[in-house]
Formats: sequence, structure tokens, C-alpha cells
Amino acid sequence: MLTETHTGLQSPKGNWWKPAHKSERVWVGIAFGWCMVLFAMMPLWQVKGGQNPSGIRRKVDPAAFYARTQEFIAQYRIGDDRGMPIVAPPPGSDIYLTAMSFQWTPILQLEQGKEYILHLSSLDVNHGFSLYPINVNFQVVPGYDYGLRVTPTAAGDFRIICNEFCGIGHHTMVGRVIVVDSTGNLPAQSGGI
Amino acid sequence: MSAADFRTCPVTSLKIDPRGELLVKANAVVAVVSLLIGAIAAVLLVLTRWQAVHLLPAEWFYRILGVHGMSMLIFFIIFFEMAVLIFASTALLNARMVTPKLGWTAFALMLGGAVMVEVIMWAGKADVLFTSYVPLKADPLYYLGIILFAVGALLVCGLFFANLVVAKREQTYSGSLPLVVYGAVTAAIIAVITLLHGAAIYIPTFLWSLGLMEVDPQIYRLIWWGLGHSSQQINVAAMVAIWYMLGALTIGAVVLNEKISRSAFVLYILFISMASAHHLLVDPGMGSAWKIVNTSYFMYMAVLASMIHGFTVPAGMELGQRLRGIGTGLFGWLKQAPWGDPGFSSLVFSVVVFGFVGGITGVTIGTEQINIIVHNTLRVPGHFHATVVSGTAMAFMGATYYLIPLVFQRKVAFWGLAKIQPYLFAGGMFIFVMSMTFAGTFGVPRRHWDISFSQAPFDVAFNPAVDVLLAFVALGGLIAATGAFIFVAIAVKSVFFGEPIGTLVPGVAVRGLPQGITSPPRHAPDVDRRNEELHAPGQGWLGPAPGTMVLVFIFLAAFIVYFFVNWKVLSFVWKIG
Repeated sequence: MLTETHTGLQSPKGNWWKPAHKSERVWVGIAFGWCMVLFAMMPLWQVKGGQNPSGIRRKVDPAAFYARTQEFIAQYRIGDDRGMPIVAPPPGSDIYLTAMSFQWTPILQLEQGKEYILHLSSLDVNHGFSLYPINVNFQVVPGYDYGLRVTPTAAGDFRIICNEFCGIGHHTMVGRVIVVDSTGNLPAQSGGI
Repeated sequence: MSAADFRTCPVTSLKIDPRGELLVKANAVVAVVSLLIGAIAAVLLVLTRWQAVHLLPAEWFYRILGVHGMSMLIFFIIFFEMAVLIFASTALLNARMVTPKLGWTAFALMLGGAVMVEVIMWAGKADVLFTSYVPLKADPLYYLGIILFAVGALLVCGLFFANLVVAKREQTYSGSLPLVVYGAVTAAIIAVITLLHGAAIYIPTFLWSLGLMEVDPQIYRLIWWGLGHSSQQINVAAMVAIWYMLGALTIGAVVLNEKISRSAFVLYILFISMASAHHLLVDPGMGSAWKIVNTSYFMYMAVLASMIHGFTVPAGMELGQRLRGIGTGLFGWLKQAPWGDPGFSSLVFSVVVFGFVGGITGVTIGTEQINIIVHNTLRVPGHFHATVVSGTAMAFMGATYYLIPLVFQRKVAFWGLAKIQPYLFAGGMFIFVMSMTFAGTFGVPRRHWDISFSQAPFDVAFNPAVDVLLAFVALGGLIAATGAFIFVAIAVKSVFFGEPIGTLVPGVAVRGLPQGITSPPRHAPDVDRRNEELHAPGQGWLGPAPGTMVLVFIFLAAFIVYFFVNWKVLSFVWKIG
């Protein structure tokens, strides 16, 4: 016997804890199965996938992080662009990018197909690391060092857009990442993937 | 108070306590005023992000963006929810409003806090946007205003529970709570959880702004989103309750199975407040295990709840129509529905856009790894405008078309406009949401004044398609804002200068009154027999609501495609680990 027919505005009469119709149970079952698929994809991608935001994470004093960035710049500097140092670290090394209102320091020059450990942090407020035009995004939080193993898969001249509001000059905060191919050159059509 | 002080609603025969009703009115009016402020801000914002117009200067763009967020997401929605809570715990239960004085104290606190926040924001002393991420700093009064507002809202939640207890004790209703009230209880419980998060973060932040303590930026993000995202889950629960209510009022929607629908609400209470993690997936503060468990609401149990309501709400509508003998075939019940009733059209648009656009995009972009290609791009506001605006706000508007005659006892003004308002609002928001989402897939940042980067040291040139998409964002935004302004005009005219509903003759249409009021959808006396027939095994496994079964499978197919396309797109970017 079904519960007496009623709307959601009426109190159900008697005991309403009754089995649902088969069609409803089928849908709940399918929905549950789909939820398990949604869930399983995340641990699966941790193991099999190439893009994971886990990283190496630790707290850091902003001043110490900036000092480490300056040391890194002094070590591998190869030139300047618009007053910003260009740094070409060897593959496999730890590389440092400091965000501050309203710039990304320094310009990184990386090699295609090589892995680097990219350390992100901020000197002042939250910033957003957004790699243009391939659309890779990470939160940059002051006091935290976010170390990500990155391997650029294509050569090109990339930009870093700040995509977390950081103050009145937020929209002027753009940095640069250069990825050269195995011959050490930018592709002829530079400017992205 | 004596029974004589109640009035009897001529439409629903419910006994209404005028003291509760007055509080419902006050909260609803302030909600509509907040909506007006938020909608004006929205127009200024879309006309700025449309690069060809670029209306506001940078400083005012960010300021107005903060105003838009607070006015819409906090003031409009929460004031309206307070009205819903009081309405559900008094009118729907024939019950009295306990301690109306405390209700007015709470209202005064909320209103005072809201005015304080608005004044500080417009004065340019809180250019920190809606999220106010520490260490961006606003004037201490900004945080204090929010705290006052939250305390007031918490008080209303307490009064809601007190009303329920008294109603039960005084036996104003028999048996279990109606499902709609049960949904409101869910919303109130989530509201308490949310507001406690708000206290846990805004009180320390207020002290920090006075120089009295430190607040860690990552901890701030964690707890703030316990407020920021969970408050959207109050909306979800309140909206689903309103779906059940509007279905019942407009076409006599029935409850398919109380056990299933109520269990789904319980899943919301247990798991939905974990969604703070959605905002921290590419943050340095937490590890992957934490991210995966939390972002999935513990293995997507809250998503399961939404997928259940996404079935039971339309299925209840379909069955309600079939039980009254309306429509044949799979979709006759939809074809012969009252599309000219703004309560009904709002309900359908709210369900469809919330589910198909808001739900599918939300679950997908809240996946740990997929968030890498989504975080802080326009895909995020694209998603939540589909849920909060096209879903919640649309449902609230639909409910208002019934609250005006039922609570304010007025006819709906500008009736011709009222009939098309849901189409305008939902259509405009749909264009807005889709264009914004597509622009986001190019990596266009949200909360950004100038994506031509004219003042930046290095050039950035987005795909020209982005300019077209942002123009469509503006177009959709302007259409939706027009819909919002029409709604505000209708609400204000009806409430303050409206024509009284007068004496109703059932079955006789009256201009200015939705069909569900003039011809309430009544089920025949033999409805239980018909219901048994439709449930009979001979009807096949598609069951009593076969049209809805087809619709939910279309939904599932769209969900699966969208989800896996995003994994594919993710696999093309740099290797990151």
C-alpha cells in the first residue's frame, strides 16, 4: 500500500517509511554508481594521470622565500627584459617564483620536456598563478611554499597572469615564462602552444 | 494569543499568525531592496567587462564587484531565506510566531549590519571583494557589520526551531512535518553550521583589523569558505524546499516517496558543508587525501542527494499531473502545464538550469585535478551564476508570485510583465552563464578589470573569440538585469500599492493572480486508487513518471560527456605533480 497521496505542503498520514517504486530505486542506484565513478577518478589520476596539484607543501617565512629567490636569480641570471631578470636554471633543479603586488619575479627560461620543481609563494597578499595560454592555475598564498614538479610539454613564450584579486593594480600583474626547445631556441611562431 | 487573532487563508485554509506574517513581509522587502542594489551593480559590471564599453574605472570596478557579491549572495538571499524560515515554521504549520519581539531584534541586527557593510563598501573603505582574503584589509566596521548581520541570522534560525517546537507541542499539525518544512529545517541546520563558521572567521579577522591578533591567510581561506560555500548550500536546501512547494501550488505535484526525499535532505545535512574544499583544490595548505575526501562531500553523497531531488521533484510534478488526468504520452504533462503561470515557469527554469548547467559544471570543476584548468577563471562565476542565480534566485522569484497573494493578500501588479519575467530572467542568465563559462575555458580570469592588459609590462592577447563571448556575457547580463528590475517593480508595486485579492471564486481566472491561486490543483477523491494504478507493475519499470525517467537519463548522459571531456582537456596541459 502506498502512502496516502499528498503534496509537499501536507503532513504525510501514518507510516511513510515505505519502499520506493522500482523506477525510483533504479535511478538512486545508478546515481550512486555514477558518484562512485566521479570519486574514483581522483585517486586514479593521482596514480595514472600527469596533472596533480599535490605538490611539496610547507610553511615559509615570506622574507626567507624572497631571499632564496634572489639567490636563485643571482646564480642563473642570463639577461633582462624590461628590468626583470631572466633566469635559466638547469633541468631538474628547484626554481623560485615570487609573487608580490603587482609583479612576478623573475622571468623563467625552461627547457621543453625537462622537469623542474617550481616553488611558488607570495610576499604580501594572495595571488593567482595562471599560465597563459595553456590555462594552468594555482593559488599563491603568503607564508606557504607550494612546490610543483612541472614539465613544459611545448616550447613557447608564455605569460603568467595574476588571477586572484590583489589590489588596485591587479590587472597589470603579468609575468613571463620562456620555454625553449632541445636546440635552445624558441619556435619560429613564438607566443604560446 | 487566542485563536481569534489568526486569520484564515482563503486559498489554502491555513491559519496565519499576523505577527509572523509581518516579519515575513519585512524580511522579504529588504531582500528585494538588496536585489535592486545588486542588480544595478551587475549592470555596471557587465558593461565594464565588455571590453568595447569598459565603463567603470579600475577602482570602482573592484568596489562595485564587492557590492554586487555582498548584496546578492548575502543580503538578498539570506533576508529572503529568513522570510522562508518564518513562513515555513508558522503559516505552513498553522502555528504561532513565538517571541515576535526577538524576531524584530534579529531583523534590526541584520538590517543594521547590512547597512553598515553597504555604507563602508560604497565609501571605498572595504575594497577587498566579497571574499576579503586576509591580509587584504578592510575597515574594522566592515567585519563588525557582517558579524552583526550573522548574529541576527543565527537568532532567526533559533526562532525557527522554537516555532517548530511550540507547533509540535500545541499540536497545530498532526503526523510528521510536511516535506517542504522538512526542507526548511535542513536549510536552517546548514545555516547554523555556516553562520558558526562565519563567527569563527570574522571575529578573529575583526580583531586582526584592529591589530589585536594574527590570522593565517590559509586558515582564513579554509574557514571563510566554510561560510562562503556552505551559505550556498543553505540556498540549495531552501531552493529544493521551494521546488516542492511550487510544484504543489502550481500543478498539484505529489511526494513520490517520503523516505527517499527526506533521506536526500539528511545527506545534505551530513555532507554538504564539506564544500569549503572546492576553493582550496590548488592551494598549498592541504594534501591530496584531504582535498579528495572533502571536495567530494565524502564520496559525492551530497551530489547523490541532488540527483535524487533532481528526479523526485519533476517526477512528483509529472505524477501530480497524471493523477489529475492531464496530458498523455511521455511529455503531455509538461506540454499541458500552465506555462503562463510565472510560479510554474520559474520552477521549471530553476530546476533545469540548476541541474543541467549548475550541477554538472559544479561537480566537474570541483574535481581535484580538473580544478587546475578552472581555478579563478570565468568558469567559476559561470558555474555559480547557474546555481545561485538561475537556480536559487529564480526559485525565490517564482515563490514570490505566490507569496504576494498568499501573504500580502494583493494581486500581482503588471501581470502581463510578470508572465514573461521568468523567461526574460532565465533566458538572459542562460546566455550569460554559457558565454562566461566558454570564456573561462580560454583561461580568462574572473574578477579582472582589463583583460586587454593595456597597462601590463608584457603583452597578453586572448583569442578574439573571447571578445565576442564577453559581449554576450554583457548581453545576457543586461537581459537578466532587465528581468530583475521588472521583478523588483512588480514586487514593490504589488506590496505597497497593490490591489487586494478580494473574494475568490474557485475556477474563475483573475488577472494578477497565478492559476494555482484561482484554480488550485485539486486531486479527485479517488486519487489513491489512480495512484495505485500508475504504480502497478504492469506500467513497466519506467514507473509512474516515465517522462521524468527519460529526462534524467538525458541529464546523466550530458553529465558523463562533460565530465570526461574535461579530463581529456586536462591531459593536454603541462605535466604537473
